[in-house]
Amino acid sequence: MSEPPAYREFHPRWYRPRMSTWWWLKRGSHLAFILRELSSIFVAWSVVFFLLLVTAVSRGEDAYRDFLSWTGSPGILLLNLVSLFFVVFHAVTWFNLAPQAMVVRVRGKRVPGAWIAASNYAAWALLSALVAWLFLGG
Amino acid sequence: MAKRPIEPFLWILFSAGGVLAALLIPVLLALFGLAFPLGWLPAPDHAHLLAVLGHPVPRVVLFLLGTFSLFHWAHRFRYALYDGLQIKHLNELINLFCYGGAMIGSAAAGYLLWQIP
Repeated sequence: MSEPPAYREFHPRWYRPRMSTWWWLKRGSHLAFILRELSSIFVAWSVVFFLLLVTAVSRGEDAYRDFLSWTGSPGILLLNLVSLFFVVFHAVTWFNLAPQAMVVRVRGKRVPGAWIAASNYAAWALLSALVAWLFLGG
Repeated sequence: MAKRPIEPFLWILFSAGGVLAALLIPVLLALFGLAFPLGWLPAPDHAHLLAVLGHPVPRVVLFLLGTFSLFHWAHRFRYALYDGLQIKHLNELINLFCYGGAMIGSAAAGYLLWQIP
């Protein structure tokens, strides 16, 4: 065994590069990642918005009419427009990622990723049509 | 942090919320957030809406959508603060805010959907 290293007053500087808070602005794919993370805020807002709708409907016809006129105010319209953009962005990126997350096998053979994405989109279209039919005509 | 056994459970909530939010929120938001207020489509009258929301199936679907979507938000927003804004010293506070908020929101959703006449 060699001698233990002698005591030194100054240790070498750690290699710890500072990461900028805005690191995700430098590359398109990083920006898309952060936008996808931010979409969660608009998912949460949508839930709050639907719960406000449910509350108004429970309270009666006048409350529902007030809710409808409130949703027509410019600020709420703008917020919902931005939210819709982010929620659709979330949905598209989520469905495109589904083949990587789901490995489906039929008779021992792996189902191609395109099929899994396509079935997700089909479910999306079907459910959207069902929801629209439920509220518009039903 | 990675060894906490609750972490996989949180990822399941995140994925379930991601699926439900992707499938159902766009159409609901497009209808109630834009199409009805802008007059593109006639808004359903109160009686019809009460009949739809009063039915057990839409009620349960909305409850699941709300709950899982809020936990989806909690999980993703937590990591957005961690990775995106590099806030690494407030983990306890952020977790409390995110998951606590999702729990309170879920309880509120359950109560509000329960008391539809």
